[in-house]
Amino acid sequence: MTKEVKTNAKIPLVRIAKRTNISRFKSWGVRIIAVIIALLINAIVIYSITNLNPIEVYKSMFLGAFGTSRRLWSTVKEVAFLLCISVALAPAFKMRFWNIGAEGQVLVGGIATAACMIYLGDTLSTPLLFLVMVLASIVAGAVWGLIPALFKANWNTNETLFTLMMNYIAIQLTSYFVAKWENPYGSNTVGIINKTTKAGWFPSLFGKEYMLNVIIVLALTIIVFLYLKFSKQGYEIAVVGESENTARYAGINVKKVIIRTMAISGALCGIAGFIGVSGASHTISTNTAGGRGFTAIIIAWLAKFNTLTMILISTLIVFLDQGAKQIVSDFSKLGINDNVADILKGIILFFILGSEFFVNYRLVFRHKHAHEDNKVTE
Amino acid sequence: MDNNVAVRMVGITKTFGTIVANKKANLEVRRGEILSLLGENGSGKTTLMNMLSGIYYPDEGEIYIDGNLVTINSPKDALDLGIGMIHQHFKLVDVLTAAENVVLGLNEKEKYSIKRTAAKVREICQKYGFVIDPMKKVYEMSVSEKQTLEIIKVLYRGASILILDEPTAVLTPQETDKLFEVIKNMKKDGKSVIIITHKLHEVLAVSDRVAVLRKGEYIGSVETKDATEISLTEMMVGKKVTLDIDRPEPQNTKKRLEVKNVTCYRKDGVKVLDDVSFEAYGGEILGIAGIAGSGQKELLEAIAGLQPVSENSEITYYSPEDMKPTSLIGKSVKAIRNLGVSLSFVPEDRLGMGLVGGMGMTENMMLKTYYGGVPFVTSKGKPKALAEKIIKDLEVVTPGVSTPVRKLSGGNVQKVLVGREIAASPTLLMTAYAVRGLDINTSYTIYRLLNEQKKRGVAVIYVGEDLDVLLELCDRILVLCAGKNNGIVDARSTTKEQVGLMMTHIAKKDNDGKGDAAND
Repeated sequence: MTKEVKTNAKIPLVRIAKRTNISRFKSWGVRIIAVIIALLINAIVIYSITNLNPIEVYKSMFLGAFGTSRRLWSTVKEVAFLLCISVALAPAFKMRFWNIGAEGQVLVGGIATAACMIYLGDTLSTPLLFLVMVLASIVAGAVWGLIPALFKANWNTNETLFTLMMNYIAIQLTSYFVAKWENPYGSNTVGIINKTTKAGWFPSLFGKEYMLNVIIVLALTIIVFLYLKFSKQGYEIAVVGESENTARYAGINVKKVIIRTMAISGALCGIAGFIGVSGASHTISTNTAGGRGFTAIIIAWLAKFNTLTMILISTLIVFLDQGAKQIVSDFSKLGINDNVADILKGIILFFILGSEFFVNYRLVFRHKHAHEDNKVTE
Repeated sequence: MDNNVAVRMVGITKTFGTIVANKKANLEVRRGEILSLLGENGSGKTTLMNMLSGIYYPDEGEIYIDGNLVTINSPKDALDLGIGMIHQHFKLVDVLTAAENVVLGLNEKEKYSIKRTAAKVREICQKYGFVIDPMKKVYEMSVSEKQTLEIIKVLYRGASILILDEPTAVLTPQETDKLFEVIKNMKKDGKSVIIITHKLHEVLAVSDRVAVLRKGEYIGSVETKDATEISLTEMMVGKKVTLDIDRPEPQNTKKRLEVKNVTCYRKDGVKVLDDVSFEAYGGEILGIAGIAGSGQKELLEAIAGLQPVSENSEITYYSPEDMKPTSLIGKSVKAIRNLGVSLSFVPEDRLGMGLVGGMGMTENMMLKTYYGGVPFVTSKGKPKALAEKIIKDLEVVTPGVSTPVRKLSGGNVQKVLVGREIAASPTLLMTAYAVRGLDINTSYTIYRLLNEQKKRGVAVIYVGEDLDVLLELCDRILVLCAGKNNGIVDARSTTKEQVGLMMTHIAKKDNDGKGDAAND
């Protein structure tokens, strides 16, 4: 034999094999273990950087998000806003239309709402004002979603780039209106709109300032869930998302579905803008969406476009954010600054995302006896 | 140990999740022999060969090359051992020339010289009887040239054990003969050739020995000279089968579809259908033959309302009740359906067009009917019942009606698609490559279903690639050549060679009878 013989040394130590049918119990077990490992590693990071007791830091994190009624409701308000945007993305993403433009669609919805509050706040009755605000924000968001959809449907433009660029237009538009509605003059902000009359502000329900936000967003979450799962339009969206060819073959009007779905997605983003302005900040600025349009993309993906799962994931993300803010304010003198908080946040997210790998795949280690067996037969 | 054995695979097991692709499979390939690896779909032929060529790594078992135990972790390892595989789907760079594709990825010590490569390619061609221009770009090549190039690529790398995965699936009979010549030349040169296939007559024509796999297990091997189509099929299927395709006489044929002067252009302006005219009758199976890409796809899609056609094109449907003609030109799929035209279509791309891969059987059943019934919400009762009926009637192997059809094997996917299309009780049924990649059992199930439809008075259009099947199953065969109707022949009296010729050579224009003379 002149050919060089390869030895068993090259058998890979670990191989990756796809899992099939992992039980729900096991998959959640994997995720929980991932969180525990993340907390352990964070504990090491915290201790080695700051010498603080990690338990104290975790406690502060938890209290920061849920510790007092005020903090709890602030967290709830944030979750509602973020969840609303994620839910808005669900129909588009289910259609494999990568709507990266939620940020802009939220902003134009917010502008429409703010405009109604500013110009109509004193003239219309409250119910009528709300009706006009909702409609205006829906129309604004839908238009922002429709423009890229029309181009995609008719000329097959790339929706990712298109929706992304629409964001910048929306931001510039917001800057323009901020300058126009500047109050007080020279502040370069719009300030709290209708501070005294509170016209166009969400009313408190059951004594809770943000209860209405929660109710609206939960209702939308359930409606979109049902829409995607049980409606004919939802079915069409799923078919178009899987394969446009199959959709054409089935007689589905692909153009119509793309346009309709993006109008819905944009409209829901518009409503999110309405909630953000009328129900939360009572002002408008280029930061009204504040990057949530992008965070929502992560949430939508992690939830596999299931709006009910989004509740859980958006809560987690907001909890991490709020908690991180809290530990910075509690321990800033003891060595935890924004950057350390970001690291801790990042590690937790990394492990949670990484756990999905172990839910879908398993590792197969090299069979220990393989060597001996092979030698015998040789 | 027999010194003549080039490859010995012992006790190979490979699982994907819960699916066992190979179970303690053995295989032996001798030097200088042509071995056919025979088996039905999902019997693990390709998986077993993928382990030999380094694409997968076996869970258990050993591979010996020239008597030495080896570990093959990657295609590169395999090539170092002289093993090269030619896959069903070619892995070539379209914009590069043949010679450039050959050297691509090679780490030669000498300075790169396209001239020397080209010379070496020519040398290989000469030695084995290939015909290829080393300077031709891949995108200008025919399918058969691309395949030749893939083989040259492997030979250039010094492979002495060649694995060809269903090499004839894409070739015309003439091209197949040429390929077999080349394979025999390689054998003379002392190379071992493994051909993965399930076409029995090819096995008998070219190989020295046949190894049979069934459900991932090695059943045994026989010398080809001792084998017959029947004996091999029995080994493959595990029970007695008859190989004759039933062909009932057409009864009570009535014109169902008239296609007249249909011309159509691809998006890039290339003419794919050129003035095609023919008629299809209820109660008969009209075969359509042609080399891949001769316009078959566009023709069926034009009839189905999926492909715009030029002006002057006429497609007319005659309803079975009153022979009322309906023009299908310029109408959408839905419009055609709303006109009461009951047209079923099994497209070539099963998961990319006929079905939604990510959805379960139930949801796939409602693909063409979902918009009926109560407004706004979908109802899943009937589709679910239909899915269960198809599972039972056609013996679809699936964990359940909600398992994504993408996860089913090719044969089962096709059963789901054909089952749905037939359940719509069509009056016109079009199928494109309905048995491509299917094993014998499933293929015969499909033939039986088509014949049942024919007996029901359905006009069946069968686009196929296997000429033997076309000649046995169909009543008439329309031959497409470069988008033109090159004549319609009577399947009962014509020969394979004649059809093969018509597929590649445009008939002279002097007998411009649209070939309908051969009808009846």
